[in-house]
Amino acid sequence: MAEFLINGFLIFLLAIIAVVAIRSIKIFSTVMLAGAYSLICAIIFVSLDAVDVAFTEAAVGAGLSTVLYIAAMRHLPKREKVVNDNTIFAFIVCFGVGCLLIWASFDLPVIGDPMAPIHQHVGPYYISNTKPDMGIPNLVTGVLASYRGYDTLGETVVIFTAGLGVLLLLGDGKNRDKNE
Amino acid sequence: MNDDPILRVCTKIIVGPIILFGLYVQFHGDYGPGGGFQAGVIVAAGFILHSLIFGLKEGRKLISERLNLFIMILGVILYGGVGLVSIYYDAEYLNYSILAHDTKHGQHIGILLIEFGVGLTVAGVMLILFHLFSSWQGEDK
Amino acid sequence: MIHGILGIWNYWIVIILMMTGLFIVISRHNLVKKMVGLTIFQTSVFLFYISLGKVQGGTAPILTGYKDSLYSNPLPHVLILTAIVVGVATTALGLALILRIKSEYGTIEENEIAKLNTEENSK
Repeated sequence: MAEFLINGFLIFLLAIIAVVAIRSIKIFSTVMLAGAYSLICAIIFVSLDAVDVAFTEAAVGAGLSTVLYIAAMRHLPKREKVVNDNTIFAFIVCFGVGCLLIWASFDLPVIGDPMAPIHQHVGPYYISNTKPDMGIPNLVTGVLASYRGYDTLGETVVIFTAGLGVLLLLGDGKNRDKNE
Repeated sequence: MNDDPILRVCTKIIVGPIILFGLYVQFHGDYGPGGGFQAGVIVAAGFILHSLIFGLKEGRKLISERLNLFIMILGVILYGGVGLVSIYYDAEYLNYSILAHDTKHGQHIGILLIEFGVGLTVAGVMLILFHLFSSWQGEDK
Repeated sequence: MIHGILGIWNYWIVIILMMTGLFIVISRHNLVKKMVGLTIFQTSVFLFYISLGKVQGGTAPILTGYKDSLYSNPLPHVLILTAIVVGVATTALGLALILRIKSEYGTIEENEIAKLNTEENSK
């Protein structure tokens, strides 16, 4: 019960941060709010037992992506020019889709229900077979590296490709500052 | 480049432990939370902190752009290469059981190797992203 | 009653966050802000997956050695772990595109870019 209350409070904080992020005009504060958002997300992941994910979110979402945003902000305007030409349209679309999704959410299993469909498929197999197959206690590493090794190979190549893409976009010789 | 002595001294003290922690996360990923993705980001964060305080040029003295690209590529090749080794020994692609005499031992070696590959790629990509964004001079066309 | 609401509370907030991200992407013209909106959208999907993987009374999926331990489902954790790192790589790619747009057009407001494009075409 207590963990659900903590979780409910933290996730409510997230909603407040997201709404403030819509309203702020300064881009810099929006970026910092996104960093705070990622940190609170990491805490929620810990309370939902996803320690590996929380670790990654804190290092990547709150740390590195904020650094990248600020490094990019050096060349970008600091303030947003507010033009409210399709706010009502956007609000209607989002409200409609949100209502439909909330309607659908009544059919989802209650959080923490051990009989939910997701816990009946391959999850129990991974939990019971990782130790006999590989002898390592961290199930996430076992699934990531061995059972779903193809998946991780693909993700690694995606990251590599994104790095190459940025290198092609920003790495051309004449715009680089070699003396800094 | 930052001339504040407090920042410079603290950075000198803290960069080593950050990279050491990254290596701990890398090689301890089988037993506790962690693994290649997190470790790569943490090691890259150590070098990024160094570059933030002492300047990009000093950072590039530690890891040159050529070495950085080499690290990125080496990670992917290491990952794919482990798969090719298991094909060479008549097993499926990325089946690590064949890498040692004992199945469990083989799996363990395979997981360590491919996590190291992931860590190298992620660290290299994150570092090169930071350097590209910081050295970009967009205004003078 | 209170337990019933708390049981699907996460889904509701996830939906609100998702729609907030979508709202930012549709209604704001600043490209950096659109990227932040996409990040919020993306993180809400991560929260949804992790919420689904939770087992009540369970613990983190790292084997404890006790026979009757209950573990949360590790599969969503694996999927989201990789998705987060891929997410930052794609965010960096988007930011790089924004920097190129800034040096090409001189602005990162979407409506101004569209106006510049129509002027270019009508010449």
